[in-house]
Amino acid sequence: MSIDIEPEKAQEPAGSGPIGPRLARPWWMRPAMHTGIIGAILGYFIGHWLGNFLSWEYARNALSDMNDFPLVLGYVIAVVGWLAGLGVFNDLGRQILGKPVPAAEEEEEAFGGVARYFRFSLDHKVVGIQYLVGMIIYFCTAGLFAMAIRTELLSPSYHIMSSSAYLMVVGEHGTMMMMLMSSVVLGPFGNYLMPLMIGSKRMAFPRLEALSFWLTPAAFIILLSSVLIGGFPTGWTGYAPLSVQAMEGMDAYAVAFGLMGISICLAGFNIIVTVINYRAPGMRWSRLPMFVWSMVTVSFLMVLATPVLIGGMYLLILDRTVQTANFVNTLGGSSYLYENLFWFFGHPEVYILALPGFGIVSEIIPVFCRKPLFGYRVAGAGMIGVALLSFFVWQHHLFVSGINPEMRPLFMLTTELISIPTGFIYLVAMGTFWKAKLRLTVPMLFALALYFNFLIGGISGVFLSDVPADTTEHGSFFVMAHFHYTIMGGLIFAFFGACYYWLPKMMGIKLNQKLGYLHFWTMFIFFNSTFLPLFAVGMAGQPRRVFEYATNLTPLNDWVSISSFLLGASILIFVINFIWSTVIVREREVANPWNSRGLEWQVAAPPPPGNFEHIPVVLSGPYDYGVKDAPAVADLHPPVGVVSASYASAGTASTGVEA
Amino acid sequence: MAESQAPAAPAGSDGRAEPNHGLRIFLIWIVLALVADLLIWFVWYPHLPPGRMSESAEHQQLDIAVLALAAAPVMLFVWTYFGYTLVNWRHRDGDDDDGPPIFGHTGLQATWIGGTAVIVLAAFVFGTVELIVPAGAGAGEGPLPVWKPSGHNLLQVQVIGQQWQFTYRYPQFGGMESTTLVLPDNRPVEFHVTSLDVIHSFWAYLLAVKADANPNVDNVAYTTPKHTGGFTVRCSELCGIWHGAMFDSGRVTTPTAFQAWARATELREHQLGVLAALPPYALTYDPTVVPQLGQEVVKVAGITGANGYYYPPSDPEQP
Repeated sequence: MSIDIEPEKAQEPAGSGPIGPRLARPWWMRPAMHTGIIGAILGYFIGHWLGNFLSWEYARNALSDMNDFPLVLGYVIAVVGWLAGLGVFNDLGRQILGKPVPAAEEEEEAFGGVARYFRFSLDHKVVGIQYLVGMIIYFCTAGLFAMAIRTELLSPSYHIMSSSAYLMVVGEHGTMMMMLMSSVVLGPFGNYLMPLMIGSKRMAFPRLEALSFWLTPAAFIILLSSVLIGGFPTGWTGYAPLSVQAMEGMDAYAVAFGLMGISICLAGFNIIVTVINYRAPGMRWSRLPMFVWSMVTVSFLMVLATPVLIGGMYLLILDRTVQTANFVNTLGGSSYLYENLFWFFGHPEVYILALPGFGIVSEIIPVFCRKPLFGYRVAGAGMIGVALLSFFVWQHHLFVSGINPEMRPLFMLTTELISIPTGFIYLVAMGTFWKAKLRLTVPMLFALALYFNFLIGGISGVFLSDVPADTTEHGSFFVMAHFHYTIMGGLIFAFFGACYYWLPKMMGIKLNQKLGYLHFWTMFIFFNSTFLPLFAVGMAGQPRRVFEYATNLTPLNDWVSISSFLLGASILIFVINFIWSTVIVREREVANPWNSRGLEWQVAAPPPPGNFEHIPVVLSGPYDYGVKDAPAVADLHPPVGVVSASYASAGTASTGVEA
Repeated sequence: MAESQAPAAPAGSDGRAEPNHGLRIFLIWIVLALVADLLIWFVWYPHLPPGRMSESAEHQQLDIAVLALAAAPVMLFVWTYFGYTLVNWRHRDGDDDDGPPIFGHTGLQATWIGGTAVIVLAAFVFGTVELIVPAGAGAGEGPLPVWKPSGHNLLQVQVIGQQWQFTYRYPQFGGMESTTLVLPDNRPVEFHVTSLDVIHSFWAYLLAVKADANPNVDNVAYTTPKHTGGFTVRCSELCGIWHGAMFDSGRVTTPTAFQAWARATELREHQLGVLAALPPYALTYDPTVVPQLGQEVVKVAGITGANGYYYPPSDPEQP
């Protein structure tokens, strides 16, 4: 990962005075990943020792030699050690001691080159690249688990792994994808591009932003560590009381998921505050790019939904470590409590995974249709509508669970209502395509694939929302096919589209187009070839998460398995392209290769430190393609005094009130 | 959504008369939609899962078919539209102009919103009817069911899930216990689904019954078998390492054959002392409490009883 940026220009004097002697230290003395790892290892042993010390008289069990308390404490203090080693608390400590805190820009100057990608950087563009690389690693790891699942399912009765190993693999795949991929767009593209899109030099809370990223490797490693101690048997849902009964690997699940909940909650909070407060003059709400709208709505979901998950995981940890009985029915707890807590987070979560995709394709299609986005307000209303409704549908996951049957028609209605705002997204796309001048570039193909895939995913969702149909489909491979169509067919296709669309801007290099087309077509064909038959498999009665299935379903399952291996190969093409183009060839790209009107495309590629030389004044909307005499999207060099005057008269453009 | 094809776009930029794209898309779509719906209704519907073995299965099959009838035209409309645009409105080399600046069309937007709302509300009304008419559609309704079959001739069957098997008890036959689910045809069945340890889900696929088995909870579901024959019961909620192997088979027989089987089983279990050894029939059971002993027996392994101690850390043998 060597990513150069242009030689840094002289900054305007900012921040406080001396940086101190800290910077004179050699690289291995400075806080970075290696010190974080040392901190994590120390923290783990301290936590484990402390747990044993505190719980020596109970909880250790002769049968299983299982002791959850030291393990959980080990994980938690390891995370604290990891963050301390990374230097997360350094500025805080300096402030407490009354020492000067260096400004973010000065730190970045001191840590140029590749080194800054391995440390707690406060530059939103560095964090964006960190997220991007991290997410690709997490995605590929979880994808390998998926291929292990399909390998086991090649045969209905011959097993290549034990049943517990199979469930471990299923759980690792599902949890890793669901918890880490919730940041797959907001992390890299949200953090990197959003300040550029709204004309800001920075994010509102750079430390929170960096923290939200550096929690993800911790959550990833903790979740993965479960493999060493037997895994967890519950899948990504972690239903109690199975999760209370399960062995030590379950602790890794609960700690990692809770940790990732904190990460996405912080990331969402930062995005909301940034969009509300850091828009350039003239960037009215009605001029916000659709991608920013999707980030705002997703962030609200993150901030409002994940605390419930964190609470649920906390209660689960209490059940497992200090023997409370929150979720144990026979002792006065409730297994339904866990299900409700989980899905009250879990359903907004699936829209956390869907909305960024809508935002990305809404950015891509106007550029390659060479037309304005059709029905801008409808698109925004669609995203807000989906986000609002997503809090009122969670019980459709529990239609056969035995809770309050009289609520079923209501939850059927709210769930089906979501298809109306989702339909807005299609209306917007279809209107934009009307008499367009389509350019089928790689990003455009990925955008088109989202509309194709998400249609299948969304329509199959209507079947699942309908209680009588759901009685057969619930818990079967039909559900599995459905959410892979919405999440992988929607979000992940959009993610790759965004990579091909924005990486030239973010890294200033070209991605190989031939490999891009090859990646798209193989991924599109093998994705559908993998997941379309699974609707039939589910309808034919195969439950999820089984390692043995009816013999007559072998041909379909084999077809799916082979397709999934080819799908994996297709992702490999992307990884090869990514490394080949960004590390080896490094062909320079011009600043605005797609001739886009987006504000982020008006600066150099890659964007200079601080994004804009001056705060720009936004003059028109981002989608005014084909409009005769349309003004430039922004004045990047506004006359002196315009911006400050605009901020002084707060209440007009800068606060977004439409003129 | 037939009306939503004709955005009032300006005529061709070069002044040449353009074909009526909206009409063309509409005609292609209406033919495709008609063909698809006819195929769905006459070819696909009789073979759709979950078949017609029980009343709830018949209703679910109808429900899935009707949803497919509504879904196919919607999907075909979107695909026809995108296919049409891909064929007709591609960028041509040398043409660097932008497309027509259409920012929206109020009438079209309103029509679309109205159309999708009508489809959604119709699906909701139909789904609700199909939920209520067949007594909860075979889905578990919890301890206090609100939709019940008419008639007094209900056969009660208790389904007890535990890691990793189902056991069935028949309270109307002395609480006798069976590891095979046997049911008579044309008699409404009331399933009482519960669990001894973790959450399972009782799924009789061909009977179209699915109800989660929660410990300490009585989850009631109804159906009426309509045809004799065999069926498979599978657990459809992840319940631990042998979840994938948690299935057994059942059969629907004639009422006389069922009576003969049930009486014979009850008598045999009575003679063997099984009925006396079983805990008295109840809607839920607590495995940490053995009523015959007259006192609570909390398992030595832990306070909760369900804390990883049902099986040792190594995998148990293949069941």
